[in-house]
Amino acid sequence: MNNCYRIIFLCVIVALMLAMMPLPGWAQSLRPDWVTMVIIYWVMALPQQVGVTVAWVSGLLLDVSLGSILGQHALGMVLVAYLVSLQYQRVRVFSLFQQSIVVSILLIFKQIIVLWVDGIVGLANESWSYFLPSIIGAMVWPWVFTLLRNIRRQNM
Amino acid sequence: MQSLFVRGPSVTLRTIIFVGLSIILMIADHRWQHVEAMRTAVESLVIHPLRYIINVPADLIQWTSESISSQKELVDENRRLKDQQLKAQVSLQKLSILEKENERLRKMLSAQPKVGEKVLIAELLSIDMDPYRQQVVLNKGQHHSVYHGQPVIDAWGVMGQVVHIGEYSSTAMLITDPSHAIPVQVNRNGLRSTVFGNGQTDNLELKYIPHNADIEIGDLIITSGLGGRFPPNYPVGRIISIERPAGETFANVIAQPIAHIDRSREILLVWHNAPEIEEAPGDLEAVINE
Repeated sequence: MNNCYRIIFLCVIVALMLAMMPLPGWAQSLRPDWVTMVIIYWVMALPQQVGVTVAWVSGLLLDVSLGSILGQHALGMVLVAYLVSLQYQRVRVFSLFQQSIVVSILLIFKQIIVLWVDGIVGLANESWSYFLPSIIGAMVWPWVFTLLRNIRRQNM
Repeated sequence: MQSLFVRGPSVTLRTIIFVGLSIILMIADHRWQHVEAMRTAVESLVIHPLRYIINVPADLIQWTSESISSQKELVDENRRLKDQQLKAQVSLQKLSILEKENERLRKMLSAQPKVGEKVLIAELLSIDMDPYRQQVVLNKGQHHSVYHGQPVIDAWGVMGQVVHIGEYSSTAMLITDPSHAIPVQVNRNGLRSTVFGNGQTDNLELKYIPHNADIEIGDLIITSGLGGRFPPNYPVGRIISIERPAGETFANVIAQPIAHIDRSREILLVWHNAPEIEEAPGDLEAVINE
């Protein structure tokens, strides 16, 4: 049990580092939301252990590391984790392709929440390319899922 | 024994609590900066070590390129730097004389003497922040007595100001951030305005300039020191386009930042003694949204 939390914590830390990793300018606005994807996986895989609390704390860490308003990503991630925890039994048995579609919807949902908060403080981005990270996130989901599943099977 | 299903009401309840907490946090952070201490703690304890780990490859690349560069390159660089140093020295000589003269003239006019400034060299960490905000991470923090709102400049001009402080690193908002504004004046004639960022690294907007104002393409924009956050007379940008659309109250004036916003790695943190200007009502604060 303890071991399981340690691994989840490590996964979130690695995702945070990927979120801060320097990328060339053109790729910066394409970077998928690694932290949210990791949380989606763990809520889906271990809904008893990982839920909205872990999502909220990870969201806060993401807020601090990105320099956004405190609570912005946390809000989005709590709601995403909540949706996943309601539907995890259904999503779990989907094929990887179907899962990707669900993940893209969840990621876009989270981006809309972040965009909404940005809009309130007057920073809203108006171009459609704002949602590209979610599409790319959905495209890499099969690999993220397989990698995290292997980690889970080997260590828990 | 694990329960087969997630306990329904408790998850919903926790979600509602966390949503509420997030909203309170956002309001507190945006309106009153009440949670700055919490951000500093999280940044120092968790995020800062991660940033250093991420920065290692960039440091390593720099170190390697320094240690394997050939002697010829080093000699060339050395010569070039010596030339530059000599030129800088010459203009500094002139500057110190001018400074003395300026001080004397100011005394004769019994005006306020110019305030002293202290600088500290900081380096940018290779960290990506939110791509839709213009922010950078510096390797100096509370430990080096960096303060909230401190001006950040590079060798060419004003870059931005410190917005979040950690123990050993801090975050600066660049003048190109959409929520940043800086009070400026035109160097040629002292025309005052405010420069707003618009999210692009090569673009600044001057707002509230009437159609008939005396402003031309190529004009140098410098900080005016109003608002008290930035020291006066640092270059900010150069006017690159002016449009005067009929039917609108103000002209659209675009400037290009003089600081190498997206290229500088070494930057300077400036301490300047609080200027003698009283906080005038309606004076534009340097940061509007933060």
